[in-house]
Amino acid sequence: MLRLEARPQPSSIMTILSPVLALVMTIGIGFFFFLVLGKDPLRGLQLFLIEPIKNGAALGELSIKATPLLLIALGLAICYRANVWNIGAEGQFVLGALGGGWVALQAGADLAWMGRGIVLAILVAGVLSGMFWAGVPALLRDRFSANEVLVSLMLVYIAELLLSYLVFGPWKDPMGYNFPQTITFPAVARIPRLIEGVRANIGLLIAGFVVIACWVFQFRTFRGFQLLVAGLAPAAARYAGFSSRAALWTPLLLSGGLAGLAGALEVAGPVGQLTPYIPVGYGFAAIIVAYVGRLHPVGIVFAAVLMSMFYIGGELAQSRLGLPKSLTGVFQGILLFTLLGCDTLIHYRIRRPLRIQRMASPPLGATGAP
Amino acid sequence: MDGLALLFAATLNAGTVLGFAGLGLLLNERAGIVNLGAEGIMLVAAIAGFAATVHTGNDWVGLSAGVAAGGFLAGIFGVLVIWLNTNQFATGLALSLFGAGVSAFLGIQYVQEKLPERMQWTVPWLSDLPWLGAAVFRQHPLVYGAIALAFALTWWFDHSRSGLILRAVGDAPASAHALGFPVRWIRFAAVIAGGALCGLAGAYLSIVYTPLWVEGMVAGKGWIALALTTFASWRPGRILLGAYVFGGVTMLQFYLQGEGIEVPIQFLSMMPYLATILVLVIISRNAAWVRSHMPASLGEPFTPGA
Amino acid sequence: MFRLELAGICKQYPSVKANDEVSLRVRPGAIHAILGENGAGKSTLLKIVYGAVKPDSGSILWNGAPVLIQSPAAARAMGIRMVYQHFSLFDRLTVAQNVWLGQDRQVSLQSIVHRIQTVAETYGLPIDPLRPIHALSVGERQRVEIIRALMTEPQLLILDEPTSVLTPQAIDKLFETLRELAQRGCSILYVSHKLDEIRALCEQCTVLRNGRVTGEVDPRLETAGSLSRLMIGADPGRATRRPPKQGDEMLTVRALSLAAHDTHGVTLKAIGLRVHKGEILGIAGVSGNGQQALVSALSGEDPRVPPRTIWFDGEDLAKHSPSNRRRKGLRTVPEQRLGHGAVPSLSLAQNTLLTRTEGVSQTRLISSRALRKLAQSIIERFQVKAAGPTATAQSLSGGNLQKFIVGREISAEPRALIVSQPTWGVDVGAAALIREELLRLRDAGCAILVVSEDLEELLEISDRMMVMAQGRLSPAVRAAELTVEQIGQWMSGLWEEAEHAAA
Repeated sequence: MLRLEARPQPSSIMTILSPVLALVMTIGIGFFFFLVLGKDPLRGLQLFLIEPIKNGAALGELSIKATPLLLIALGLAICYRANVWNIGAEGQFVLGALGGGWVALQAGADLAWMGRGIVLAILVAGVLSGMFWAGVPALLRDRFSANEVLVSLMLVYIAELLLSYLVFGPWKDPMGYNFPQTITFPAVARIPRLIEGVRANIGLLIAGFVVIACWVFQFRTFRGFQLLVAGLAPAAARYAGFSSRAALWTPLLLSGGLAGLAGALEVAGPVGQLTPYIPVGYGFAAIIVAYVGRLHPVGIVFAAVLMSMFYIGGELAQSRLGLPKSLTGVFQGILLFTLLGCDTLIHYRIRRPLRIQRMASPPLGATGAP
Repeated sequence: MDGLALLFAATLNAGTVLGFAGLGLLLNERAGIVNLGAEGIMLVAAIAGFAATVHTGNDWVGLSAGVAAGGFLAGIFGVLVIWLNTNQFATGLALSLFGAGVSAFLGIQYVQEKLPERMQWTVPWLSDLPWLGAAVFRQHPLVYGAIALAFALTWWFDHSRSGLILRAVGDAPASAHALGFPVRWIRFAAVIAGGALCGLAGAYLSIVYTPLWVEGMVAGKGWIALALTTFASWRPGRILLGAYVFGGVTMLQFYLQGEGIEVPIQFLSMMPYLATILVLVIISRNAAWVRSHMPASLGEPFTPGA
Repeated sequence: MFRLELAGICKQYPSVKANDEVSLRVRPGAIHAILGENGAGKSTLLKIVYGAVKPDSGSILWNGAPVLIQSPAAARAMGIRMVYQHFSLFDRLTVAQNVWLGQDRQVSLQSIVHRIQTVAETYGLPIDPLRPIHALSVGERQRVEIIRALMTEPQLLILDEPTSVLTPQAIDKLFETLRELAQRGCSILYVSHKLDEIRALCEQCTVLRNGRVTGEVDPRLETAGSLSRLMIGADPGRATRRPPKQGDEMLTVRALSLAAHDTHGVTLKAIGLRVHKGEILGIAGVSGNGQQALVSALSGEDPRVPPRTIWFDGEDLAKHSPSNRRRKGLRTVPEQRLGHGAVPSLSLAQNTLLTRTEGVSQTRLISSRALRKLAQSIIERFQVKAAGPTATAQSLSGGNLQKFIVGREISAEPRALIVSQPTWGVDVGAAALIREELLRLRDAGCAILVVSEDLEELLEISDRMMVMAQGRLSPAVRAAELTVEQIGQWMSGLWEEAEHAAA
């Protein structure tokens, strides 16, 4: 059996190569998947890897999916680097949709005076709502040492139930034939498109701006540095006097705000109303995007594009091959698994087995200093 | 009175799902491994069990399929986490995401399926007792199985050599290794056994508890089971108790609805999740107390000779 | 016939010769001490005896017959048992369960409980087999380790620094047990640096210094002074340097008592010290006597420090954060380089940001150029051998990284500097440079506190010295007036409290 030998230093080549390797493995597994399902594997792979990027219209669709993934993943990357495990981005996304949606609902009546400016209010409301929802796990960990993984996760279910309550109840469109949905937001409250006739909206521009802002934050600001140290070496962070409290609140509020922004963009953009189907799992897929992107803004851009291709591929597989859309989720999961496996190679080398020697094997630390 | 007895019975039923999952996670954590993939395992086991029952018409085959699915997925997790030393949290999360995707995919064709006529389980003679009979003795055998398992595990952890070895591995893997125990294989066995129990929980959910398949039907019970282990300070009896408490909270929402309480159903549905947060807050407040009960090596990777 | 005989044992490690022609003879039923400071080669010798390490050359005779001790299991089979300094017990299991797990044969838990009670009674070591380990005091845990070792009636029992965690009463109890054991024919190897204990307990003593045997004596016939000299060497010549231009008190600690952080920590008891401008105060002592706790309290990393215990230039700093303390001019170099003093995977330039704020602008943006410049200046001034300011901290050798970290603090021109183990694991050249820089800093008027295990180094650079033992500080004495005998005694924790008040 091959064995693993620890590297003296993490390999920087493998850090970049690992996601590529994982992608290759995922494609390979996908090949077999299609075979087993009785479909032409090449056609299947083509739907996932070629179709989504083959022309302008396709790219427009891609950007619609990529924008929320990108925004959420950028925030999550900041969290994970600081060792704060925000798993509830999906819930923060929903809250952002609720906040932004609420403002949008006022467009026709109370806030008509804002005109087009209401879009800004929608986005701000989204950010604030998301921050609020992420503030809860921050508070509970700060005051009570409650684990933020479970708290943020429970809040996802609560957020979804809250959405359900609102669209089945007080916010339901009275003219909607009793369907659980709000009115379609008035045109003035919809996110403006980039160019006429294209589905891509200014969310893409906002996302681009956020990429740059996150890059600056992570690599050029003192606070970003403090978060980095807090995640890499907590003892050094304490020695430096970096506030551990700030290292908890800043990432959570930032990622909550970004997830909320994504939610508001989604609900006032492509969807145009509040329905129980707003949460499509972007908050969870973004976790994968963040990892595949190596927690780096540039990597995340590529990873977001890749994951969007998976989404669109899944939709195409449904309409053209008759396969369930949830195939997307399967591939996303496989990608993450293979990535975790390949990441081992960053810290370990593969070596052939040791020849068995009749030597006394000392237990621990026997070859250290005296 | 009668309503209360039925509520009690429903609580035992609901708690059994969380109970098996919690006990499975307990096995993992006592060995020092935290498996965030419980939700994914339960989802895949639920669909596997349901599908197997649909095709064979036999509940027990379905339950076994769930157990096998759980053990298999946990095995993949185990290889990654124990031998490749991947980060336990990230790998567990990956398993949950993967499980959600795979179960949704596999379950598409089973959404409208129904299972054959459900049996009414009763314990002879005892089920005729006034009140107690209805409350306790008209349950699926696995409900009693969960209770028996909790007792068995309690004994096993304290009085058997193998149970002690498992606890030792979770407490100080380096010391256990120095004593000559195969730490990684022991952890691997614990992970698979724990995964099998989570699988049983998932299959029970889709075969016995609500005999149907809906995407995402586990609805967070895997995560709640994780909170349970901390809540129960890693003791099997307490895990089952906690499971029943949560089961009760879940049942409370139906009870309240039945009583005509004017609260929107969604808020009632929030109760288990709010309860989990509350429990986490109460338990975690005393960090020192948690630390004194937690298996000391929980979440940390182990490499022999490191 | 000797129970154990070592002849000409040698063991070479990459950077140091741990054992150099070490010979040792232990009679049956004798209590034999191995005395030496940290780094003298005691641990390596022990590892050879109990089978964890193989010597490069030399021979071992067991009861007169030559043997090769292949592994700890083989040593155990021969009848050699070891009581470790750091217990390998499972906290959440009971005493009996712990012992049961360590047994090679299949016996029942009940019989183990009985055996434990028997052994405990025979040797006067009261212990309840059914209590969980985490509920036991450190002394009781050691008792469990000893009972575990005694269960198999060993022929040679090795104890490694057994009293570093014990109260005086527990130490007396331990000695009784050991004498009882020796009477029954078991030989005992007692490894320690505590002179008084060795003189009270042992009839034979091998003294090690720098890997060699410097003496084979009967400790009962020696004085603390003669043993000290064998252990530490003759009073070393002091480097000539300018007499200190001592100024006012800069850093004062008054009656600082702090509970241990966890079961493995040390409680600080009524610590008091004074460091003046332009002086170096050295604190000697073997690691594990509270040095880390003290430095944490002084650097600001321990938030539990009670108010009005730490004074800096007349200001109560006890509740100030590390960054605040730095702003006032109080800087620290921690004991651990990687992971504490520097982040291993970050570059030297980035690591300057931990304690220096030159690279941060008003708008809280970082200027990489400023960081690189700062790192470069430190690299040049302190002769750090690195690929450049962008080299990662973990790519540097221990000595060079230490030069960088020390340089980072010194070049900030602090008014007071606390340095912990400044040259531990550092090559000779780097160590000399670091000491030189500390002296220069002192001459510039800085108040310096140096905590170190290296006595020679402290004696060379300190103006005044204190010794730390079991969470307490000895009186302070002019380094030039300190005798080797006093140091040895103080390291065992024996000093007059009255002297302390006067210092």
